[in-house]
Amino acid sequence: MTAVARSGRAGRLGLAGAVVVALVLASAPYVVTSDVTHTLVDLFVLVVLATMWNLLAGYGGLVSVGQQAYLGVGAYAVIALSVHGGVNAFLAVPIAAVLTAVLAVPLSFLAFRLHGGYFAIGTWVLAEVVKLITAQIGPLGKGSGASLTTVSSYDPDIRVAYTYWVGLAVAVASVGGVYWLLCSRIGLQLTAVRDDEGAAAATGVRVTRAKRLVYLIAGAGAGGAGAIVCLNTLTVQPESVFSVQWSAYMIFMAVVGGLGTIEGPLLGALLFFALQQTLAAQGTVYLIILGAVGIVVMLLAPRGLWGVVSGRTGEVFPVGYRLR
Amino acid sequence: MTWVNAVLQGILLGGLYALFATGLSLMFGVMRIVNLAHGDLSVLAAFLAFALIDAFALSSFVTLIVVVPAMAVLGYLVQRLLLERGLRAGPLAPLVVTFGLSVVLQNALLEAFSPDSRALPAGALGTASLQLTESLSVGWFAVLCLGLAVAVLAGLQLFLARTAFGRAMRATSDDRETVQLLGIDQRQVYAVATAIAFATLALAGVLFGMRTTFDPSIGPARLIFAFEAVIIGGLGSLWGTLAGGVVLGVAQTVGAQISPAYAVLAGHLVFLAVLVLRPQGILAPAGSRP
Amino acid sequence: MISVTSLDVRYGDAQVLFGVDLSVAEGETLAVIGANGAGKSTLLKAIAGALRPARGRIVLDGRDVTGLPAHRRYPLGIALVPEGRRLFPSLTVEENLRLGSYRGRPGPWRLDRVYELFPHLVALRRRSAALLSGGEAQAVAIGRALLGNPRLLLLDEVSLGLAPIVVRQLYAALPTVIGAGTTVLIVEQDVGLALAAADRVQCLLEGRVALEAPSAEVTREAVTRAYFGV
Repeated sequence: MTAVARSGRAGRLGLAGAVVVALVLASAPYVVTSDVTHTLVDLFVLVVLATMWNLLAGYGGLVSVGQQAYLGVGAYAVIALSVHGGVNAFLAVPIAAVLTAVLAVPLSFLAFRLHGGYFAIGTWVLAEVVKLITAQIGPLGKGSGASLTTVSSYDPDIRVAYTYWVGLAVAVASVGGVYWLLCSRIGLQLTAVRDDEGAAAATGVRVTRAKRLVYLIAGAGAGGAGAIVCLNTLTVQPESVFSVQWSAYMIFMAVVGGLGTIEGPLLGALLFFALQQTLAAQGTVYLIILGAVGIVVMLLAPRGLWGVVSGRTGEVFPVGYRLR
Repeated sequence: MTWVNAVLQGILLGGLYALFATGLSLMFGVMRIVNLAHGDLSVLAAFLAFALIDAFALSSFVTLIVVVPAMAVLGYLVQRLLLERGLRAGPLAPLVVTFGLSVVLQNALLEAFSPDSRALPAGALGTASLQLTESLSVGWFAVLCLGLAVAVLAGLQLFLARTAFGRAMRATSDDRETVQLLGIDQRQVYAVATAIAFATLALAGVLFGMRTTFDPSIGPARLIFAFEAVIIGGLGSLWGTLAGGVVLGVAQTVGAQISPAYAVLAGHLVFLAVLVLRPQGILAPAGSRP
Repeated sequence: MISVTSLDVRYGDAQVLFGVDLSVAEGETLAVIGANGAGKSTLLKAIAGALRPARGRIVLDGRDVTGLPAHRRYPLGIALVPEGRRLFPSLTVEENLRLGSYRGRPGPWRLDRVYELFPHLVALRRRSAALLSGGEAQAVAIGRALLGNPRLLLLDEVSLGLAPIVVRQLYAALPTVIGAGTTVLIVEQDVGLALAAADRVQCLLEGRVALEAPSAEVTREAVTRAYFGV
C-alpha cells in the first residue's frame, strides 16, 4: 500500500525540535546577560532576512537586490510611529511591517515591468529612490538620520529583553509563516511557477498575482526586520539602513545555506552569524571571504549546504510530498 | 541661459554614461547576463590607471594602452572561468556570481587603496573649454568623451553588422545551440563579447576618473546609472543606449540646476517615468519587452 | 566514409537509441525512416555532435569523432540541417548563409552557387530570416549548411510542415548536391520521398535498426513491417 505523506521521521522530529528551540530561546533573557540577547537579536534579523529572500528568489524566482528599501522603511516607520506618532515602540514593529507591505504594492507595479537580471537592478534603483526621498524628510533627520528617543524611559535590561522577544516573535512568525504559505495552495502554485512558468500559466496559475503576493510578504518581512534593527540599535541612518550590503547578506545566507528550502536559509543565517561574530573585526577581508564563498558555493554546490546535508536526513520542514 | 547650459552639459555627460552602459547592454544582448559587478569593474580600471600613474608618472590617456587590454583579458577569463559555469547552473547563478564579484572587488579595492577619494589627472585638457557664447562654454574633455562614445558605439555597430565574428555573435545571441552546429564555439563567442564589454567599461572607468573623483565604494552607484541608460534607451539597441545616456545625463544636470541634492534623484525619476510610460525604452520598437 | 557502431543515446533515464549501427559510403545517399519517436532525429544529432552518446563510436573518414563537440565536427565536414530549420531571426537571409562558410571547409559551394541552386533566395537576400515562409526558410537552412562544404550533409525532416509542391522543389535540388560530391544522410517521415531520393534505406523502430536495404529492392510490405513492428 502506498500512502502520500508530507513529512518523514526527520520532519516530525524537526517540528518538535523547532518548538523546543523556540521555547528555550524565549526564556533566554531570564538566563543570560543582556549583552548576549542583544547580539542574538542580530541573529533573528538575519533569520528573517534570509527566509524572506529565499521566499522571493528560491520560490518566487524574483532575484531582488533592493530589499533594503523595505528594511529601511521598516526602521524609519518605527521612528515615525513612536517618536512622532506616540505609538509604543514595540507595538510599532508589526505596524511597520504592515506599512512596508502597503508601500510594496505600488513599487511592485514598477519593479514587475522588468524581468530577470533587470528586475534585480530595478529593485535596487527603487531602493535608492526610497533612500534619497527619505533623506529629504526633515522630521526624520534628513541625511544624518534620527534616534529612537522614546525607549529611553525603559530600564536598559528590560528594553533589551522586550526587543529580544519582539525579534524572536518576528523571526518565528517569518519562518512559520513562510512554511505555512508554502504548504498552502499558493505554495503549490509557486513551486509550479518556479519549475516552469509557462506551464504553470497554462494550467491556470495566475503567475503575476502569485509573484506579487510573495513580493509583498517579503517586503513586510524586511520591514519587520528593519523595525527590529531600529529597536536594537536605537538609531537609523539612511546610508546604513538602505545599504545594498543588506542584500549581499541576504543573498549570501540564502545561497550558501540552500535556496528553495526552508532549512537552508536558517543554516545560512547561523553560519553567517557565526562568521560575523568571529570575523567582523577583520572588516574588508571578512567581506571578501563572504563574496568569494558565495561565488564558490553557487558554482560548485548550487543547492547550498543544506542540499549537501539533506541528501542524508530528509527535510525538517517538508513542503513537498513523499511516497511511502 | 543657465538652463541651456545645464542641458548642454547633460548631453555631454550622457555620452560618458552611454559609453559606460555599452558593456552592460552588450553582455545582456549576447548572453542575457546582467553583470552586477559592472560598476565595480570600472572603478577597478580607474584604480589600475591610478596605480600606473603613481608608479610611472604616465599621462592618464597613456594608461589606457595598458588598462583597456588588461581589462579585456580579465573579461575573457571571468567569462570562461566563472560565468560560463554559472550559465549552466541556471538563471540565478550569473546574478549571484556577479554580485559576489562586486562585493569582493569593492572590498579588495578598499583594502588595497583605502577609502580615500582619488582623481586621475586630466592635464590641460581637463580645464580647457570652448567658449560658445558669452555665457555658454563646454569643456573640451566632455566633448572628447561624447566623441569617444559615439566612435565606440559606431565601431561596435559596424563590427556586429559587417564582420564574420560580429555576425556569429548576433547569431549566438539568437540561438546558442544552433551556432555550434555551424562550427562556432559559443563559449569563445561569449568570452570575446565579455572581453569587449570589459574593454569599454575600462575606457569609461578611466574617463570617469579624469572627470570626477572616485573611491572604492562608488561602483554600485555607477552600475545604476548604466542600467538606467540601457533601460531608458531600450534593450538591445546600441544607439538607444546613447539616447538613454543622454536623457539620463540631461535629467541629472537639470535636476542639479534646481538643487544639487536632486541631481541623482531626477535621473531616477526619469527612469521610473520611462518604466511606467514606455517600458520598452524610448528608441526600441514597440512590443519588445525588457 | 561515416560509420556508427553500437550507439546508445539517453536523455536522462530514458534511453532512445539501442546499439544502432549505420554506415554511409562516399557519395552515397542513405535515408533513415521510422515512426515518430523512433530516434531518427536523435541519431542525426548524435552524429552532428549535439548529443553525447552513452556508448558507441562515430568514425568519420577513419577518425574517431565520438568525443568531439559539435563545433569541432563542422570544420571536419559534418553539417546538420536541423529539424525546424533554426535560422537566426535577427540576421538577414544572406547573413544566415554567410555564417555557414565562417567555420566551414573550402570547396565548391560558394554564395553564388547556392543562389544558383535556390534562385528564389536572391530576391530575399536582404530580408530578415524571421520573415520567411517555411519553404524559403528550409532553402536557407540547406544553403547555409552547404556553404560549409560538408563531406556529410545531414538533413532532418526537410518536408516537415511544407506543402507538397515546395517539398518537391527542395528535393529537386538534391541531385545537384550529390553531384557535387557530398554524401547525404536523410531523415524523412515521408517514406515515398525517402525511397525516391536515397540509394539505401534504413528503418528505425523504437531506437533499434529494424530494416536495412537498397531502395530499389525494398518492398512496401517490408517497410510497413519494419515501420510499425508488426
